Amino acid sequence: MTSESMGWWGVLLGVSAGAVRGGTPFLLVSLGECLTEKSGKINLGLEGTLLMGAMSAYAFSYKTGSPWIGVIAAGIAGALMGAVHAFLVTRPKVNDIAAGIAMLIFGSGLAFFLGKPYIQPSAPQLSPISLGGWSDTAQIQAALKISPIFFLGAGIAFAMNWFFRSTRAGMHVRAVGDSPAAARALGISVERTRILSIVAGSALAGVGGAHLSLFYPGAWTEAISSGQGLMAVALVIFSRWNPVHCLYASLVFGGAQAVGPALQAVGVSTGYYLWNASPYILTLLVMVATCSPKRTLVGAPGALGASS
Amino acid sequence: MTTLATTSQPSSATIPSEPGWQWRPALEAVLIPVGAVMAALVLFGLFCAAQGANPLSVFAAIKRAAFGSWYALQNTLVRAAPLMLTALCTALPARLGLVVIGNEGALVAGGLGAVAAGLAVPTAPPALAIAIMTLAGMACGGLWISIVGLMHYKRGVNETISSLLMNYIAIAILNHLVNGPMRDPSSLNKPSSYPIAEANLLPRLGESEVHYGLIFGVIACLLAWILMEHSTFGFKARMIGGNIRAARMAGLPVARLGLTTCFLAGSAAGLAGMVEVAAVHGRANESLAAGYGYAGILVAFVARHRGLPIILVATALGGILASGGILQRQFKLPDASILVFQGLVFLTVLYSDSLYGKFKFFKEPSV
Repeated sequence: MTSESMGWWGVLLGVSAGAVRGGTPFLLVSLGECLTEKSGKINLGLEGTLLMGAMSAYAFSYKTGSPWIGVIAAGIAGALMGAVHAFLVTRPKVNDIAAGIAMLIFGSGLAFFLGKPYIQPSAPQLSPISLGGWSDTAQIQAALKISPIFFLGAGIAFAMNWFFRSTRAGMHVRAVGDSPAAARALGISVERTRILSIVAGSALAGVGGAHLSLFYPGAWTEAISSGQGLMAVALVIFSRWNPVHCLYASLVFGGAQAVGPALQAVGVSTGYYLWNASPYILTLLVMVATCSPKRTLVGAPGALGASS
Repeated sequence: MTTLATTSQPSSATIPSEPGWQWRPALEAVLIPVGAVMAALVLFGLFCAAQGANPLSVFAAIKRAAFGSWYALQNTLVRAAPLMLTALCTALPARLGLVVIGNEGALVAGGLGAVAAGLAVPTAPPALAIAIMTLAGMACGGLWISIVGLMHYKRGVNETISSLLMNYIAIAILNHLVNGPMRDPSSLNKPSSYPIAEANLLPRLGESEVHYGLIFGVIACLLAWILMEHSTFGFKARMIGGNIRAARMAGLPVARLGLTTCFLAGSAAGLAGMVEVAAVHGRANESLAAGYGYAGILVAFVARHRGLPIILVATALGGILASGGILQRQFKLPDASILVFQGLVFLTVLYSDSLYGKFKFFKEPSV
């Protein structure tokens, strides 16, 4: 059975497969951003971190032959980028949004610079986890070949939720994000908590980059990311600073990205390019519908966007 | 915004004992950003050295490629023109405390508006056609950022995130139009709109390669400088940026001032789009989204959101962008080195924000 003969079922299958495949980088960057923002700072530069992660993963997988060493390298590269951002935003009077834009330019520049030699060679890829063995249909089997990074991210989403709710360290992060003054009075180091949150969050975004270069699309090019890192901030607002909601939101956004190509596969190509804008329009509509000038968003860390 | 003291302010009239011009704070406002750029140069030099290129000869090559000859200077100025205009898109709202980064989207919207207008009046006399394209570009860019302002003031939507999202929407609309309704069937490799009539393109200055966009850019920056630093409008805007609650208490129409500023900011970036379309490409295609918008954010922050320094910083960055090719050919450095350098400058300038007021030398001795 070809995808043409599957008709609209093919579209549905294409969108759901795309939701998992394309949603994985969204998942990792939004979890990273969620952790960062819970501590009261914004990291708008995760796009640069994602690219550094993608490049490092590919380079290390190529040099060592082991894609998992690539994933670890991506995490370390992300953490290093996070350290630079964390150092900057914990200085007085430095605007965290501007620092994010600077990290975005610096990170993508560095990734393209250092990654130049790795555009041609092909690196070993992560092997998928196949859940489609029960079906005889090739399309279903292909759709159910799922990236191990997705399972890693989904696990981290639930773990992070537990971390915020039930651990002392998680409570410290929330306290620092909601009221730095109160946290300081409790003897929590605001600076240290923020630095650790930003570094750990950036490491997650770096691992998200490994999914891009080692699974899907599965190569290192300068056009590998289509702005997934930039979307992180919007995704976190969309999911109300809840890690488990980040998982759902990432699937929605991954699916929205796959609508255009899936429709094109069944011969509907009207508005193909406009469909590419659907995740962004969706986010804007959600923000317009749920924001209010009179109060801050439910779930938003109290000190987010405040200067200090 | 720590350098208010360097500009002559209407408020100084209310404090009779305030001395006139204070040279120490003024020196601080110049030396700290210059020092930050120097630090970025040193870091970039180390970076080049690590890649096996002699930093001093790299810098010499950049200087030669940017300002070394009449040809190089023209190349630099052609790139500086859109940067001046897109920088204003971040700089103007920044004085009100808004961080707008929708420069790229407003540029694309303005470019599309200009192309649509130019194609609608193919037989109009050139001066009229250019005037119509200019107004259409400014209106489209202005309306584009006004949407960001509306969402901010009516619904409390964060302006940074919404303007960022709007960039992607603008680029999607551009791709849709040049691949569909506006597509010139003869543009095979790079889908483009139909071209604007040759006679209606923006003319060049005298015998040079530099087009009138540079004049637009310089005039826009001068107007922005007068508006923000030397007018009641600017004073009100800076008051909102300084303390929005106090401004509301004083009865300032915060939303109206904010929306006007957003419109002006967007129309500057829209004008950049018009210049790119009517002077450089002659039609709309994906080259419109070449990154001038994002580089404009950098220019605005390095110039500390003030009109006059934007002219200088945009020219310097235009020169650096113009030297990308030579780094690749002469030193085998990837073209992304320019991006690394921009990032380093941005990072060190932001770090320098935390240094204001730290050096005793810059403090005016108290009487």
